[in-house]
Amino acid sequence: MDLSRRDFLKVGSAAVGTLLLPATLAGAASPSAFPLHKRVGETATICPYCSVGCGVIVATDSTGHILNVEGDPDNLHNRGTLDSKPLAIPQLANSPNRLQKVLYRAPNSDHWEEKDWDWAVSEISKRVKATRDATFKEQEGGVTVNRTESIAWLGGAANNNEDCYLATKFARALGIAYLEHQARI
Amino acid sequence: MSSIAMLVDTSKCTACRGCQIACKQWWDLAATRTKQTGSYENPRDLSPETWSRVTFNEYEAGGKLQWLFLNLGCMHCTQAACVDVCPTGALQHNDTGFVSLDREQCNGCGYCVEACPFRIPRLDVVNTLTGEAKASKCTLCQDRVTNGLTPACVKTCPPGALQFGDRTAMLSVARKRVDTLKAQGVAQARTYGETELGGLGRLYVLTAPPTAYGLPEAPEYPALVNLWHNLAQPLGYAGAGLMTAGLAVNWLLTRRARLSNVEEK
Amino acid sequence: MTNHWVDLKNSDAVLIIGGNPAENHPISFKWITAAMEERGAKLIVVDPRFNRSASKADLYAPIRSGTDIVFLGGLVNYVIQNKLYNEEYVRSFTNALTSISADYKGPAELDGYFSGFKQSNAAYDPATWQYQTEKVSAKDGSGNEIQVSVPKQAASLDDPNSVFAHLAKHYARYTPDLVERVCGTPQATFLQVAQTFAATGSADKSGTILYAMGQTQHTVGTQNVRAMAILQLLLGNVGVPGGGVNALRGESNVQGSTDMALLFGDLPGYLGLPTSAQADLKTFLTKFDNTSYWSNGGRFVTTLLKAWWGDAATKENDYAFNYLPKSSGNYSWIPLFEAMYKGTTKGLFVMGMNPYVSGPNARLERKGFENLDWMVVMELFDTETSSFWRAPGVNPQSIKTEVFLLPAADGLEKSGSLTTSGRLIQWRNRVAAPPGQAQEDIWILDKLMKAIKAAYKDSSAARDRPILDLVWNYGDTIDVQAVAREINGYALADVKDASNKVLVPKGAVLPGFPTIATAANYDAIACGCWIYSGYFAPADDGSGVTMPAVKRRGQKDPGGMGTYPFWGWAWPANRRILYNRASARPDGQPWSEGKKLVWWDAGKKTWTGYDVPDYLATKAPDSKANPAGVGLAAQAGTDAFIMKADGKGWLFAPKGLNEGPLPEHYEPLESPTANLLSKLQFNPVVKIWDTDKGKAIGDNVGTADKFPIVCTTFRLTEHWQAGAMSRNLPWLAEAQPGMFVEISKELAAEKGIGNGDSVEITSARGKIRATALVTMRWKSYMIGGKKVHHIGMPWHYSWVGLATGDSANDLTPHVGDGNSSIPEYKAFLVDVNKVG
Repeated sequence: MDLSRRDFLKVGSAAVGTLLLPATLAGAASPSAFPLHKRVGETATICPYCSVGCGVIVATDSTGHILNVEGDPDNLHNRGTLDSKPLAIPQLANSPNRLQKVLYRAPNSDHWEEKDWDWAVSEISKRVKATRDATFKEQEGGVTVNRTESIAWLGGAANNNEDCYLATKFARALGIAYLEHQARI
Repeated sequence: MSSIAMLVDTSKCTACRGCQIACKQWWDLAATRTKQTGSYENPRDLSPETWSRVTFNEYEAGGKLQWLFLNLGCMHCTQAACVDVCPTGALQHNDTGFVSLDREQCNGCGYCVEACPFRIPRLDVVNTLTGEAKASKCTLCQDRVTNGLTPACVKTCPPGALQFGDRTAMLSVARKRVDTLKAQGVAQARTYGETELGGLGRLYVLTAPPTAYGLPEAPEYPALVNLWHNLAQPLGYAGAGLMTAGLAVNWLLTRRARLSNVEEK
Repeated sequence: MTNHWVDLKNSDAVLIIGGNPAENHPISFKWITAAMEERGAKLIVVDPRFNRSASKADLYAPIRSGTDIVFLGGLVNYVIQNKLYNEEYVRSFTNALTSISADYKGPAELDGYFSGFKQSNAAYDPATWQYQTEKVSAKDGSGNEIQVSVPKQAASLDDPNSVFAHLAKHYARYTPDLVERVCGTPQATFLQVAQTFAATGSADKSGTILYAMGQTQHTVGTQNVRAMAILQLLLGNVGVPGGGVNALRGESNVQGSTDMALLFGDLPGYLGLPTSAQADLKTFLTKFDNTSYWSNGGRFVTTLLKAWWGDAATKENDYAFNYLPKSSGNYSWIPLFEAMYKGTTKGLFVMGMNPYVSGPNARLERKGFENLDWMVVMELFDTETSSFWRAPGVNPQSIKTEVFLLPAADGLEKSGSLTTSGRLIQWRNRVAAPPGQAQEDIWILDKLMKAIKAAYKDSSAARDRPILDLVWNYGDTIDVQAVAREINGYALADVKDASNKVLVPKGAVLPGFPTIATAANYDAIACGCWIYSGYFAPADDGSGVTMPAVKRRGQKDPGGMGTYPFWGWAWPANRRILYNRASARPDGQPWSEGKKLVWWDAGKKTWTGYDVPDYLATKAPDSKANPAGVGLAAQAGTDAFIMKADGKGWLFAPKGLNEGPLPEHYEPLESPTANLLSKLQFNPVVKIWDTDKGKAIGDNVGTADKFPIVCTTFRLTEHWQAGAMSRNLPWLAEAQPGMFVEISKELAAEKGIGNGDSVEITSARGKIRATALVTMRWKSYMIGGKKVHHIGMPWHYSWVGLATGDSANDLTPHVGDGNSSIPEYKAFLVDVNKVG
């Protein structure tokens, strides 16, 4: 991500420049008396909530943990401003409720079991094949329809374009007819 | 009087509460447990974890309904009773004229909590074992401002209802806005904070009477603080230990009793 | 959005109807406030309740939910009666002068119906809605004189067969009095709105309409949007700065996810999924108009098939057209859940969605989950959907469904692009690390497809070729840029023009979709989504630095109109305002200096301006149409709507809509009143589901005798959709901690409900509890002389997370729009009572 790294640096300096108050106001009190208690941030990203597409500036620690968010002054939509939801992003990223492991719930079970990715991917692919093969409709009235109506797909409007494109490609290759997401509802 | 000020133009506020969360975000203030009690307004009060919040008020006059939103936090009064009662100098008017808080110096006496005519500062128990407490309140992001940034709430405000800068300039923006609103038929448009308590560091443009927002029509400097200020302070902190303590405790008890009466109602 | 967020600043009147941007798109008020402050723009809010947007409005008009066509039709009528339309725009850029079949009859004559309704299948035959045609002589491509049919044009707007005359006649019934009786909007208020917004019909003014689910989530949702489009076309507000018909979309990438066709009937770039009636590619391609830019549709389909099936897609096998599934019906949300409820669906993938909370008649839909054999959920948090088997009152032991809950990275923990409501695509950088073993969605999809391909590797069955031949080469560890390159399009071999000149060398990314339209060997191109072609191509950011267009952060704003052409990339072709040819008069010059956007430069013989012209750059305004021509050659230099077969904005829609060529008011399925406009109560083409009708959980429909109160649902600033990404966040949970219902003071007094009381809201589908929020912001409505109460509630809540509460969707009905099948979430009947 060389390009974006250069972008980050550019954004970082632009952000500070934009935020500076007129010289008459800055330095009215000594900076040393009240040093910034955390970094403002230097990397630019986009808010994950509504469809305005506001720019967000993020500060992270060395482990990728978010320390601060504020509006990106260079983003033409919001020019540094943000409403309540994106300002809560640190709690989205750092929430103790975030899923950290693959979980599996067996038939008729009353609890989750922790699993690993290899197991889950393998088991899911078996389910997909079994269901598709048992119900696939290749022809209908003499027309090739290559369709499965027994597997459905829902989501997702918070995903990136590249996620969504791959999901469509994935679903249609399997013959999925019931393909829907938030845009319908 | 402060040389810089924050302007809250309630005629532009959409109550997105970016300011409320920006404050918590920048200062890493915890969320408190709240409950839906029939209002958009939550938390329902300031606290050690909430230094700034938006109030929601419905007001109907002349057949016209207004949903009034008010960003509330420290008013940074020129005649700041909290500064005057602070025995340690933790609360001070800084070089720019707004009221800074140095939590290192705060001894948790709570005088400021009682003295404030707007009920802004709160005591934050920092050690539950010893009961050690520190005052907490909006400092207008003293660290951001002294480092050339705008306060977190101002920076984030989408419609520009919150502005920040030279106080004279802010006043001029506010007055001009009031003129515009009046020309548009908002008869009750007015500024607030121009002269109240010697002039506030948080200025307002209101579109209804202050009381419709829950603001005192004419905030008053507490009389007892005046007394304390005039008698005790000239004697100096060191030499006035007993008298100071006596007066302050007396005043404190009276005030507490009055407050608890209010709560019981 | 036809326009975009920053463009709101260019507006002279902002009409918000069926949306609440102060609540749901708070940053929009940065630009609305700018328009109000800097241009003196008027803000009008039309909504069932006085909401956050209304708090900032110059004019607030109350409207009963589900009656927007009456309100908008009333505005159309006002504009026509008072001749406030932009006549030059209407005559040149719309189909106002086109003649309609003499056999056409409308609801004014047929008491609510249009001509052509067939009771037997509850559908219209649109034969009588068609344009009259006439034969003209023209020269075909070989220079031969031939006879071609073209739409017949009337001599004047008064011609009784003209679209305009039909429009005027249809909406003459939509009087201010009708608006008052049906919508409950006082006539005086309605007329103030009409006067204020109609003023934007002036050539030097523009007005924008902002709407969201308040328009679409109705059984007449598509026609609501049509009604707004008609009004804007009349006022000359489409294609101009500060104008437009602007859908404020809900999620950060719902525009992109729609473009990428995560919808049953579509393929990326709105190419449409074939149906079983379209047995081969040739038949399928006949659906594309031959006299618009859609004449390139076949090329776009081909490049998509090449992107998906590569070498296996050959000219001989119709480019693997038959690998695509073909639909034989409606597979949209409600039918999907009806199928799940009946048990015919065995497996379900859920990617970043919480349908447990967001689906209508949710109690019925949730039962469907129990019938699944397996469910795969890719999520940030455990949600009500992934944990449906342990919901309150559910016995896990009785549920067989296996659930795989896969931890996913959030938007800041992965890189990729997302598309704003204004069609502007921005690149989002990974700025944080995903927690634990959480992975990016594309990583999960890549692993799964590789495993599925492996599972089929020994198959020789034809039906498995779509999987086995699927192009899936994004690296050992998937690289998002490889996916972006495929969406953008790249050359499989040297792409050449007719003179054998290489346009794009093998392996290079496509500069844009015009290459697909012009290449001689377009089947040497793989392009996953033609409208995104160019988004990942190298482009200048305005300062001489080149990078993938979508990553640009250039600040130049030529003309100061807020188009910012060097920031990101907007589909199509980096165009910021759609149909912007119409921002210039028919002769190519701007309507006014203040609304200048693109114009014809006669000296340079090109269209130019501050935005990418939505037009052939060299097509002069006085160009004549060649009726025998293909594609845009068949259109004249004043045909501003190049995606339409006749190049016109459609005031009257001869095709594409199921319940009629003009929006007509019908009551919601559950309504407190008889239709006061005609005898036809309900949209006649809408399917009414009746699964397990009469049972405790079923497709039940309520009536006003038992459920006299109109209810609507809405969203809150502090929460987001079904709640996973907000109800788990302490600061947001603190700000809006639980479920409530907004009730007027009058209704509260009648029912003995105090503010903060716990109340029970019941509909024919279920009952929920909520805290009463008694407010002056709701008032009762007078509908046809009868008092009707109206309430509203947010729908974000359910039982998982920090902020919890009952779900509004336990109450909403299982009925969808006549065209899009979007569920009716916005108008239904309930009763409300104090608990205990």
